[in-house]
Amino acid sequence: MSWEAVIGLEIHVQLATRSKIFSGASIAYGAAPNAQACNIDLGLPGVLPVLNERAVEMAVRFGLAIGAQINLHSIFDRKNYFYADLPKGYQISQFETPIVGQGSITITPESGSPRTVGITRAHLEEDAGKSIHDLYSGQTAIDLNRAGTPLLEIVSEPDMRTAQEASAYFRQIHTLARYIGICDGNLAEGSMRCDANVSVRPTGQAEFGERTEIKNINSFRFVEQAIEHEIARQIDVLESGGTIHRETRLYDPDKDETRSMRSKELSNDYRYFPDPDLMPLNISEEFVSRVRDTLPELPDARCRRYCDDLGLPAGDAEYISSDIDRANYFDQTVSAGASAKQAANWMMGELSAYLNRHGTNIADSPVTPSQMAQLIQRIDDATLSSKTAKTLFDALWEAGADNSAVTEVDALIDSLNLAQVSDDGALTQIIDDLITANPKQFEELRGGKNKMLGFFVGQVMKATQGKANPQQVNEIIRSKL
Amino acid sequence: MKYVSSLREMSQALADGEVSSAELTQDHLARIKEVDPQLNSFITLTEEEAMAQASAADALRSQGDRRPTLGLPIAHKDIFCTKGILTTAGSKMLGNFVAPYDATVVTKMADAGMVSIGKTNMDEFAMGSSNENSYFGPVANPWDTDRVPGGSSGGSAAAVAGGLVAGATGTDTGGSIRQPAALCGITGLKPTYGRVSRFGMIAFASSLDHAGPMARSAEDAALMLSVMAGFDPRDSTSAKRDDAWLADMLHSGIAEPERPMVIGLPDQYYENSSNQESVTAARQELEKLGHTFKRVSLPHTDAATPVYYVLASAEASTNLSRYDGVRYGHRCENPTSLQDLYERSREEGFGDEVKLRILTGTYTLSVGYFDAYYLKAQKIRRLITQDFDNAFAEVDLLLTPTSPTPAFRKGQLTDDPVAMYQQDLYTVPTSLAGLPAMSLPCGFSQGMPMGMQLIAPAFREDLALGLAAQFQRHTDWHLKRPGEIN
Repeated sequence: MSWEAVIGLEIHVQLATRSKIFSGASIAYGAAPNAQACNIDLGLPGVLPVLNERAVEMAVRFGLAIGAQINLHSIFDRKNYFYADLPKGYQISQFETPIVGQGSITITPESGSPRTVGITRAHLEEDAGKSIHDLYSGQTAIDLNRAGTPLLEIVSEPDMRTAQEASAYFRQIHTLARYIGICDGNLAEGSMRCDANVSVRPTGQAEFGERTEIKNINSFRFVEQAIEHEIARQIDVLESGGTIHRETRLYDPDKDETRSMRSKELSNDYRYFPDPDLMPLNISEEFVSRVRDTLPELPDARCRRYCDDLGLPAGDAEYISSDIDRANYFDQTVSAGASAKQAANWMMGELSAYLNRHGTNIADSPVTPSQMAQLIQRIDDATLSSKTAKTLFDALWEAGADNSAVTEVDALIDSLNLAQVSDDGALTQIIDDLITANPKQFEELRGGKNKMLGFFVGQVMKATQGKANPQQVNEIIRSKL
Repeated sequence: MKYVSSLREMSQALADGEVSSAELTQDHLARIKEVDPQLNSFITLTEEEAMAQASAADALRSQGDRRPTLGLPIAHKDIFCTKGILTTAGSKMLGNFVAPYDATVVTKMADAGMVSIGKTNMDEFAMGSSNENSYFGPVANPWDTDRVPGGSSGGSAAAVAGGLVAGATGTDTGGSIRQPAALCGITGLKPTYGRVSRFGMIAFASSLDHAGPMARSAEDAALMLSVMAGFDPRDSTSAKRDDAWLADMLHSGIAEPERPMVIGLPDQYYENSSNQESVTAARQELEKLGHTFKRVSLPHTDAATPVYYVLASAEASTNLSRYDGVRYGHRCENPTSLQDLYERSREEGFGDEVKLRILTGTYTLSVGYFDAYYLKAQKIRRLITQDFDNAFAEVDLLLTPTSPTPAFRKGQLTDDPVAMYQQDLYTVPTSLAGLPAMSLPCGFSQGMPMGMQLIAPAFREDLALGLAAQFQRHTDWHLKRPGEIN
């Protein structure tokens, strides 16, 4: 029997606000434990939540970016459960009326064609703190710095059929969240995490199979691996006559397996009800349209523009548009005068190699877009050869990284003596000298042995340290024949 | 000063230089030490802090500060967080809790130069109508120490009635300012929901919790309200209001009503009350002053008490989840697991009434019961609010008894929770509607003071205070003092 998987993701995006969703405490990463937990985050008696307007704006940004309905009236509910890192004994979330309604997003899996994934809803909520079980023997340490961090939980439709699609969807949400500036996208610091709902069914069957939920996956690779593994496990169970039980599972990347965390039948009754400490959230059409006005050009639109208007190949356009910083770098380079194709080549070649090697983000690249544009222009006007251009790039990188005085492109070309020698007189002199020194080879060339042309060009390049304009050299030698 | 007089009188004496705030504060502290062993109205006396505040106020006065509130001693119900001072909410759970911050109400009163002399006793987490639910022992009614002072702000009510302090803050979720005010013969005001910040006030039921003044007279209550009121950006349910009469009352006292009032008498409040006579006498007094009366109907009044207990318990059940023994408050000895920590800390830390309400509230919010209880109660709450809106289309104010009976004996109702809950019959509807309501003394029954309730439209405390002040200018019920403890 052949099987088909059905996958839906719940992605928690940590919003890039300065302070928490219901208090003024900072959400900066890496502070000493509990240093960023104020009276409100600690759930002290008598404290009250006040909604962070920036978080609302970011949720609306996301909703607009996926073409979703923005609910002008939404409600914050209390989700009640006891846990040591949940200070109030409830989490403030949105249950029945989320701020963002139905929308969709287009994904392009590595293998396979683009497809649309439905997004059911997205709602605002606060994060819990962190329990650390391995710090003190026999005791659990609680760090409440994360408590109250604003999250946007994005719930997809069960529209994905393969682990690759799920991973592509996760990536696409990541790209989009960074594009619209609502998340720093730092997976290692937990800025985006996802839960995957996975079930399998015989190919062709309409009804879904029973599903399991894999909790708290925090990398693109692990999403794919965890789902891959869970699909295989479920097929195994079903093929050996077993049944799948609704349960929560945890992915262990070290062992590459999922294991049962708790059974859903025993799950909490969260006793959701509207939080009486917060008024219903009412936003105006004007607020929404103000947010709409500040939305940047989105990845799909950019990709299309790169293909249609700038003539980039689809692969290049996708690569460049898939990251906001990369796309901005590209746009700035092109608008500073570089040709689009050259800019793309340099970004995907030399620049990308240097960035990788130094672990530098493109937004912090020592070689600026305007330098990159000038470099490309100097290739186009034959000042630089492809070889000297690389030398210049390296020099620009070093200079930018050191904050050296000379970062002006033409000045560097001069001081490093990288310009091609295009002086007819000088080149003619060099060639005349070479003919005198190599009479035999010149005779062979004259006799029609065209291979000897390469010999002379090579010798000229050697004599000029590669700076001679090869086309010009060719012409001068031919004129001597 | 022989002993504590009214806030306005003390304000005048301070302004005239007859007495200093330090002397007044010492008088208060001496009076409390002498009398409070009979009443148990205070949980904590903050003698040192009070004397420091009093000296600071005297210093300001010597520099020309003439604010009417400067140097006036008051007390806070122990439900308001006070920085560096024990804040218990009447519970063993918070028996060791020293708040690291001040409630907005506490800050505002301190900023007005008022001197906080201590924290008053209360029913645990404000749950009760007799002050018998305090971990720190019951409070006695100064008029008869065998009787209860009402609750949950019974400590504040007894302290004011007994002349231990002229004004104290209270909180009212279903009647917790008004019922003890009535039972102790003082004046208490529950303002409009949103008028006074809840920040730093330990929550019982967030959508019903109100902070307000308890004092000797409408004038003193108005003085306190003008300090306590105001928008607070730290309370999302706080109202942005700009009512000039608040400042006018602070500086010039309460003005006479501008015109005769049309006062509504809701039928449903006069059906089962043994408090008819004193309210009837008060009505005659008000008629003499030119006001007229009109019968009105508030048809959903019967449903108010059950609706209140569903909603208040639901909110309380989750508001009290934070008391888990993890971060502060009572923690059981040697927990063997997280579950054990929760179970024993809460079992040991909460009293019976609190547990009863947590259980009830948890039940009504559970899957399968939520619609039948919580949602239905919310719908009826809207109908109750609608009743008041309809009535206020016809009348300016409503006049009702505050409580069905005078103060009862300690222990009399402890085994009869339903009878205890009936104490709130006349106060709960306005809590649900969030409307301003005040209780003021209007007579005696069985030798115990009786109160009448004035209910005003939202944010029209001025109407109730205006009528109350006029009534008090022509009567002396509010000037009666209990003899027994003097």
